[in-house]
Amino acid sequence: MIRTPLRPLARILSARQKGENPDSIERENLRLRHEAIRDRSRLRSEGRLLILGLGFLAAFCTIGARMGLLAATEPMEPRNAAPGAEITAQRADITDRNGRILATNMQTYALYAQPKDMVDPVRVSKELAAIFPELDAATLERRLTDGRSFMWIRKVMSPEQMQKVHEIGDPGLLFGPREMRLYPNGTLAAHVLGGTSFGAEGVQSAEVIGTAGIEKALDARLRDTSQAGTPLQLSLDLTLQASIEELLGTGMNMLNAKGAAAILMDVHTGEILTLASLPAFDPNDRPNPLVKGDAGDSPLFNRAVQGVYELGSTFKIFTVANALQLGLVTPESEIDANAPMRVGRFTIKEFQNKNYGPKLSVENIIVKSSNVGTANLAMLVGAERQAAFMKNIGLFDPTPVELVEAPGAKPIVPKKWPDITVMTTAYGHGIAASPMHLAAAYATIANGGVKVTPTLLRGGVPQNGPRIMSEQVAHDAVRMLRGVVQHGTATLADVPGYMVAGKTGTAEKPNKAGGYDTDKVVNTFASMFPANDPKYVLVVTLDEPVETTGDTPRRTAGWTAVPVAAEIIRRVAPLLGVRPQVEPAPLDGLTAVSN
Amino acid sequence: MRPVLYVLSFIAVMGLAFWAYRENYATQHQLKEMGKLQDEIASLREALTLQRAEWAYLNRPGRLRDLATANFERLGLLPLEAAQFGAAAEVTYPVPSPAPEAVGEDVLPAITDPVEVSGEIEPAGSKVEGKEVP
Repeated sequence: MIRTPLRPLARILSARQKGENPDSIERENLRLRHEAIRDRSRLRSEGRLLILGLGFLAAFCTIGARMGLLAATEPMEPRNAAPGAEITAQRADITDRNGRILATNMQTYALYAQPKDMVDPVRVSKELAAIFPELDAATLERRLTDGRSFMWIRKVMSPEQMQKVHEIGDPGLLFGPREMRLYPNGTLAAHVLGGTSFGAEGVQSAEVIGTAGIEKALDARLRDTSQAGTPLQLSLDLTLQASIEELLGTGMNMLNAKGAAAILMDVHTGEILTLASLPAFDPNDRPNPLVKGDAGDSPLFNRAVQGVYELGSTFKIFTVANALQLGLVTPESEIDANAPMRVGRFTIKEFQNKNYGPKLSVENIIVKSSNVGTANLAMLVGAERQAAFMKNIGLFDPTPVELVEAPGAKPIVPKKWPDITVMTTAYGHGIAASPMHLAAAYATIANGGVKVTPTLLRGGVPQNGPRIMSEQVAHDAVRMLRGVVQHGTATLADVPGYMVAGKTGTAEKPNKAGGYDTDKVVNTFASMFPANDPKYVLVVTLDEPVETTGDTPRRTAGWTAVPVAAEIIRRVAPLLGVRPQVEPAPLDGLTAVSN
Repeated sequence: MRPVLYVLSFIAVMGLAFWAYRENYATQHQLKEMGKLQDEIASLREALTLQRAEWAYLNRPGRLRDLATANFERLGLLPLEAAQFGAAAEVTYPVPSPAPEAVGEDVLPAITDPVEVSGEIEPAGSKVEGKEVP
């Protein structure tokens, strides 16, 4: 580029001759030069802006086009991915501890109608009524012809029924795929499983939601899509559950009981191996809850968890364990047991107005099941410490079992603790808890005094709860309970080889008038075996049983719940793999020696 | 030299285009095949679930118990009992066959491993659920 000089000599000279200022020429040239520079740089900047604008336009166009493409195309499954842990069912299976199926899913179809497409509603309603007996032809016809455009007919149906509906051949009848919950074992463990129903329903699928039991309590886990492939493993054992339900049912029928419950629990892990409540129901066809009358009479009622009863003398061992733990007595201490005992306007009597007094050792209070002795022991302990012990062992709060019914089954606990309440609660009256509470509390004793929390999930880890009583106290308590079976109120439970220890409980049922019915009792037998190293706790409860083989009807637990429990232990202990043991005979003080 | 290079590169482009064309169709075919297989896997899984349910239904304890009762004559199945537990030491091993010269003599083989019996064992022939124990 040729640069124009700022002071061209020719113009300067001519300007000087004319007497003008030559500096103005220089300024003029400088101005022109600056203008030229400014125009050049503006042009360059404008070019850059244009390129930048074009770049942005291209970027926006690309993004816009991609978005439009994504919005306009049909969504497609990524087919080239290898099948991993995919979802086969919308709800996880439930299995027992050995992996046997308790609940699973089955593919089935729902039937719906679109009456606008229907060729002959009259014929269709007649034929449908013939296939499904619960449908009424006239009602169906009325509903199909009243101008609606959509109508559900059946939620689920069998393949045979579906084939018959196909054979009607009407274009207005349509099928929607459904996943159905199936309980292959029928009534077995019905109260644990609970049941399911359909939630939100669409044509292509329906939500399956838990309505009771563990299905509802762990609904979120069962519906979790990330865990749909892994079955929920319970601590229940199907074989044991079946055996116990069978024996309990037989016992219940023989003793004319209204209901029965049994819980078998591992004392170290707190795993519930069996939870039975009779009468049972079929979770595949869950009955409706009772609209009137006592909910406790419905088969849906879980007696083992929801049945809050006064459990009677089974509570005595807690009073004794507490007194031993506090160091107030030893198993050999003599306690006043002179019956009847008058406390204010109340009288505490023994069974059949017996008198085991005047003095009874602590061990014999349990063996003979003395109300008066326990009451006196409770007075030694005092209200505050008695309530604290019962609370610590878990008799005041709902059990943490994984059932939706469990939090609602709150024990009935006295609000105030005057002396008479301290005495009656000591032998299990005036305080009500469920058999599950009792099983957990007995498991705590059997576990060497370390608290056991019952669970329905398979974990298999020994529990490390707070210590409720010392190992020695727990050991003494088990020994006393063994005494009850050897020569006390539960001798019928002495199953050879299994060293059963336990305590009977007979409580009269409270009636509506505020008193107690003498001919309506709840009999309980809480037991553990083998006594030298307890592994399992079994609680059997019978509602209103009566034993009629003798001259007079017998209603004590020793004649009802105990033989049933003994039969259960006899059958179940070998299944649990517990080896029968030979109990060492008590040593004689003298040995005859002859030469 | 240049025309040769042009021709060679043209041939290379054509070759690659043909290869890409074939690969495209092979991939689509494989995807279709995979879709089919996945559908088959899904239906097989569904069938498996159903068969598992069926197995559980047919093996439900109540049914097995009824079958055991119905076939008692043939199978003689009874609930397991405490008396049926044994120790490994109680298993009798086959006694070595007697020496040839001893054959013919009416001599019982020596008791080499005495069986220890303890506890209460119900005698054979006792009544169990109204049925005679063999």
